[in-house]
Amino acid sequence: MRFSRCAGTSVRSNRCPAGAGPFRMSPFPVDFRASLGRGLALILSCGSRRRFIAKSLAANLGGQRVRSRCLCGAAAAAGASSSIRGPNHGQEGQCSGTGVAQYDVAVVGGGMVGMALACSLASMPLTKNLNIAIIDSNPALVNGIRINKEDPPDPRVSTITPATISMFRDIGAWQYLQQYRHAYFDKMQVWDYTGLGYTRYHARDVDKDSLGCVVENKVLQSSLLLCIQNADIQKKIFPSRLVSMSLNPGLKSKRMDGISPEISRGDLTKLQLNDGTCLYAKLVVGADGSKSQVRELAGFKTTGWNYSQNAIICTVEHASENRCAWQRFLPAGPIALLPVGDNFSNIVWTMNPKEALDQKSMTEADFVKTVNHALDHGFGPHPTSSLLGNGNFFSWFRAGVVTSGNGGFEIPPKVLKLASERMVFPLSLRHANDYVSKHVALIGDAAHTVHPLAGQGVNLGFGDAFALSRVIGEAIAVGMDIGEVSLLKKYEAERKPANIAMMAILDGFQKAYSVDFGPLNILRAAGLHAANYISPLKRSIISYASGEQRLPLFS
Amino acid sequence: MASKLLSRVRAVPARLGYPRPFSPTLAAFAPSRLLSDAAAAGAGDSPPASASPAPRPSGSSGKLEHNAGCSSVRSSLKDSELAKFSAIADTWWDSEGPFKPLHRMNPTRLAFIRSTLCRHFGKDPSSARPFEGLKVVDVGCGGGILSEPLARMGASVTGVDAVDKNIKIASIHADLDPVTSTIEYCCTTAEKLVEEQRKFDAVISLEVIEHVADPAEFCKSLAALTIPEGAIVISTINRSMRAYATAIVAAEYLLRWLPKGTHQWSSFLTPEELALILQRSSISVKEMAGFVYNPLTGRWSLSDDVGVNFIAFGTKNSQ
Repeated sequence: MRFSRCAGTSVRSNRCPAGAGPFRMSPFPVDFRASLGRGLALILSCGSRRRFIAKSLAANLGGQRVRSRCLCGAAAAAGASSSIRGPNHGQEGQCSGTGVAQYDVAVVGGGMVGMALACSLASMPLTKNLNIAIIDSNPALVNGIRINKEDPPDPRVSTITPATISMFRDIGAWQYLQQYRHAYFDKMQVWDYTGLGYTRYHARDVDKDSLGCVVENKVLQSSLLLCIQNADIQKKIFPSRLVSMSLNPGLKSKRMDGISPEISRGDLTKLQLNDGTCLYAKLVVGADGSKSQVRELAGFKTTGWNYSQNAIICTVEHASENRCAWQRFLPAGPIALLPVGDNFSNIVWTMNPKEALDQKSMTEADFVKTVNHALDHGFGPHPTSSLLGNGNFFSWFRAGVVTSGNGGFEIPPKVLKLASERMVFPLSLRHANDYVSKHVALIGDAAHTVHPLAGQGVNLGFGDAFALSRVIGEAIAVGMDIGEVSLLKKYEAERKPANIAMMAILDGFQKAYSVDFGPLNILRAAGLHAANYISPLKRSIISYASGEQRLPLFS
Repeated sequence: MASKLLSRVRAVPARLGYPRPFSPTLAAFAPSRLLSDAAAAGAGDSPPASASPAPRPSGSSGKLEHNAGCSSVRSSLKDSELAKFSAIADTWWDSEGPFKPLHRMNPTRLAFIRSTLCRHFGKDPSSARPFEGLKVVDVGCGGGILSEPLARMGASVTGVDAVDKNIKIASIHADLDPVTSTIEYCCTTAEKLVEEQRKFDAVISLEVIEHVADPAEFCKSLAALTIPEGAIVISTINRSMRAYATAIVAAEYLLRWLPKGTHQWSSFLTPEELALILQRSSISVKEMAGFVYNPLTGRWSLSDDVGVNFIAFGTKNSQ
């Protein structure tokens, strides 16, 4: 089966470079039962876990024809090779310049995850001889990212897990990051508005020094950029946008039709950029964010829904240093307070869209007041340090309990003032049904978008990047063509189940906390208590959230 | 461990007091060699036997346009086997087609070859092109599934196959990538190469020996192609009950991975037999490993279990 996809809207304006600016949202109400059904739908259908296993068994036992796809922005003619020179859409035009350059890997999207892949390839001996092209229209990639250390922290931050930190160390990017502001935190407290329970985590519970590190996105980008610039891998940054991609289908030989060898290369994908440059690549990696152009052009289907929530983010200042990450689940959504270093913290507050706009437009003083209210006494009482009378019920659990900073509930530090502008983003969950196809692989937000409530999104992306680079290294070790589907499927088989599991857990949390229903509140509180007092569970939750790949409860 | 396996295999020649022929069933096929020679002249796929009056000079390029015609001497190949393979030649590079098991097994075989050859020739295993400067011949290359990765690893590869269609397909596919277009493909046999006095650093023949009429002669030819202290890698299927159940019944009849009749159980060799005939050709087997298939992940991996598929690495004794 061969089908061509002519992108009717091949011109994409206002494409967001990785992680900036508001997205277009189409809101629709979320009915709890319907969304629960869709939650199940995510797990059970559309190329996800169960079907994945069934499909793999069937594929191994039966035989599936490989679909060859023709993906093009130009019209598909009967002969495949003519599609390159054939009629063009809008402003694409012919390829400018003489001779089309060939690259081994074309990373579309020079954000944190795309650059992490490039740095990872540069750091391994097997892959450091590859020729990499990085395509991103952000001028900062060419000019460098200037970071002023005196500025207050940017509100766009990411929490990176210890697993990600060690991967950064392995690729040699951590040394660049250390010169800038970054904040380790070793405590975490999670509670909700009902006052029925809370959890405190401490890095000591798992014999570690920290639970994670909060870093501004521009610091992450800058350190990865410095890392790749100083690496001795062949790379070229293309400061433009991808417009179209086309695969040369089938086997063509220059003998057969006299077309120049470039076009008859059946193992390459041709990419066309909006400034007219063309390039060939053996493997195209889509790291261009949740509105991925690569995903669109390659025809990957996605499953997902929009949450009827927006997140408002900003930087705030305290009187003293904050070393703990705080998260309180409120009726409309969680509010998180993350330390970012010096006396600053980052606020991520999820709420419904109307309230978010109100919060954004109110004065700074009022906003600070509402934040303090939300973190402290607003919406419900403080949890007491023990439930059911001095914890008699749990005393036999306590025999092995891991003490977490004396275990008592603490009130988060007071916010003194706002230190940045407030930004609002819509939230959604999106997952590509497949991560790979011939010569194309998706990593990061292009493959999966999650709710920010556990700070896992970019860590999943980094996990993808490092897994893909490892798979590419293994391919080169056995001399395989890196665009080969069977090889890329190995990457998908490694990452997809882990990503889906994490997304399911996060979505579960999001749904569990979005309903104010007595028995459910008590169940949630019981869950929080269990997570606080049953130490093996606590340990496994912490190590799962730290990126150590083992599902809690099932390790 | 592999060492236990090897010592068991090496003990075989000592145990056997006299040069015993291989199993009676194999011996039964020896006479058929005469039949296959006669039939070869009329084999459908190749040009007529008398087309090439003289053997091709060994230095000539193996590219298709220079081939006046392929040699008709197929001393160690069964005609029926050739017909079987030429029927499905077009599907070589369809990774979901009849050759899917080979495609799936390929990375595992290459991992074994890479590690043994790097160790033997003292090459750096973490380099992207460790076989730079090595001359390798892939006997029975088929569509080039093994030859192309070897070329990407830096080796100068010569691929030979007795089925002309395979060579054509292999050449076309290899020309798609400049790195692999340096592979020299010839439609010929190991015996012919020996007559041309070609020598290689490494001779690799995977999943071929179970299709030849006379494995001992075949091994002698392979040995003759290798320089002293050169490497030989042979892979095949064990003649065991498990292999019958998996490689024939399951693979051909139940799962339909392979066309029916691809393999004959009686042509399989046990590791001991393979080691013995290699020993007779002055090749000492240094390493052996088995392939096991995990049906859930669909992937092959190396293991000590040589019960079904196995691969052997040996070096030619220096004279």
